[in-house]
Amino acid sequence: MAHFEKASSITEWLDQRLAITTVKKVMALEYWIPKNINFLWAMGMVLAFTFALLTISGIFLLMYYQPNVDTAFDSVNYTIMSEVGFGWLWRHIHGVAASVVFLIIYIHMFTGIYYGSYKKGREMIWLSGMLLFVVFSAEAFSGYMLPWGQMSYWAGMVITNLFEGFSPDIAGGIMNAPGLVEWIRGDYVPGQAFLSRFFMLHVLLLPLVIIGLIGLHFAALRIPHVNNQDGEEFDYHEAAKLYKEGKTKESKVIPFQPVFLSKDVFVLGVYLIFFFYLVFYHFNFAMDPVNFDPADGLKTPAHIYPEWYFLWSYEILRPFPKDPGLIAFGFAQVAFFLLPFLDKSDTVAPANRRGLFKYWFWIMIVDMIVLTVMGKLPPQGIWNHIGLVAAVVFIALFVSLPWVTKNENRA
Amino acid sequence: MSNRRDFMGIALGGFTALAGGLPALYAMKRSWDPLPSVKAAGFTEVDLSTIPENELITEKWRGKPIFILKKSADMPQDPRDVVAGGARYHVSIGLCTHLGCIPAYFPGEKKFKCACHGGEFDASGKNTFGPPPKPLVIPPFKVDGNKIVLGEAGPEYLEMQKSGIA
Ligand code: HEM
Ligand code: FES
Repeated sequence: MAHFEKASSITEWLDQRLAITTVKKVMALEYWIPKNINFLWAMGMVLAFTFALLTISGIFLLMYYQPNVDTAFDSVNYTIMSEVGFGWLWRHIHGVAASVVFLIIYIHMFTGIYYGSYKKGREMIWLSGMLLFVVFSAEAFSGYMLPWGQMSYWAGMVITNLFEGFSPDIAGGIMNAPGLVEWIRGDYVPGQAFLSRFFMLHVLLLPLVIIGLIGLHFAALRIPHVNNQDGEEFDYHEAAKLYKEGKTKESKVIPFQPVFLSKDVFVLGVYLIFFFYLVFYHFNFAMDPVNFDPADGLKTPAHIYPEWYFLWSYEILRPFPKDPGLIAFGFAQVAFFLLPFLDKSDTVAPANRRGLFKYWFWIMIVDMIVLTVMGKLPPQGIWNHIGLVAAVVFIALFVSLPWVTKNENRA
Repeated sequence: MSNRRDFMGIALGGFTALAGGLPALYAMKRSWDPLPSVKAAGFTEVDLSTIPENELITEKWRGKPIFILKKSADMPQDPRDVVAGGARYHVSIGLCTHLGCIPAYFPGEKKFKCACHGGEFDASGKNTFGPPPKPLVIPPFKVDGNKIVLGEAGPEYLEMQKSGIA
């Protein structure tokens, strides 16, 4: 056994056993962050904090929620909302956070794309980030099932049908396995088995996966470090040495704690004012009125649409016939994963300094907004055509990216 | 020596993965299967004699809506029709073959329209417009005088199945 001296303080006692001084140094005091970044680099921390808010509010909801098709609706809309002391607070925090987290995720993603933070050593950051996006989507969808309202039921019906072999005659669909939908649901239609298993996914399995992925995402940042506003590559050892020698002005880096953290916390503070303003005064945007009708398997709501953060990919599914629609939709789900490999340029720089990529970036942003708006409008007339064009543009953007970026290397 | 140990490691590891992993996966898969009680969800009997013409009746079978539409004489006949007691009926699972919303029937236009993505079907359930890839699905049925039993495959249903309609 290792030899232990008698410790003279709690810190020393813990240090002997857990090496907390070293851990603190590695994780915080000497975790170097470039100076040349802006508030957009605080979005990662904002996301981590929002995930914490979701977890805490979720734990309180879990104390009264009943995953039963007969009682789920009332346990949420009656018990939690009007009987449980401050139950409404947890529900509104949970609902608003689930929506806002996607806003921040999109800002975080587009920041990464704009500054080229997905390539040249940062691929694993990007891939783990995209995995987080996919699992967050599944988490949001499974949570949406739980109040067992009309939108829960019919969104559950439509989305699980994506896995259907409804059309075994056409070469494939995406997943043409008869019975797969019934297997996923545990029933012919969404019912008790469906609700229970999505409950399990929402409160246990997916949160565990998310926590693991956040760990991976952070670990992936460690070696390449975060990018900066100019995509500049510099020697971290040298910069850290300057800082430690007291030449903090000349150094290009600051330590995570306390210097960077204080900036992060400022942005977080501004965000939380906005967040709690929504929670107290504007929570309605996160609650679909149709979902205040209990689930009814014999009545489809007049117009089914997903939450705003899924609208763009839903719109890519909608204007096509069934199977091509599914393929386009599947493509939209994985397209962003491919970014580091489709971008053939070696340059890490803001999009505005990158030739054609500049146009690519802004067209992509505008196209995603158009898709989002069209996804919300009913599928009629001119809107169908605009939606179709926007969907085709989206696919064309990703297919053309290698050629858009190839020429940069020569310049 | 180390090769031998590697081999032992791989063999043992592989054996554990196969002997423990596969059955575990199988057990997990089976746990997600629909329960026998769900699968046994019985049969639904519907009396057709009281149904008015060109008005959609919706029944429930295995949790799904079932469309029954009695055709009037001026509506085109179709091999998909169910004939019972001398009258013709359109019978189908009332879920859009695109992604499963319930289409609504418009008696004036004699059409089903799906609000979700704009799909349309005629009064025989055949897809005529929009993303639905095929006609409304005909459930297993058996004609019994003026009644129809859903969930049981009668001779008319088997005939339809053979000719690829159902
Ligand atoms: C909710 C889950 C997420 C959390 C908690 C999270 C957290 C973080 C944190 C703390 C950072 C470092 C600070 C910063 O640059 O903002 C970071 C960086 C990064 N994240 Fe995420 N992230 C999440 C989701 C995503 C997603 C969905 C993507 C996109 C695919 C992504 C891509 C990136 C990239 C590319 C960087 C590096 C930025 C740079 O080098 O400048 N992350 N993330
Ligand atoms: S579900 Fe009917 S058109 Fe899509």
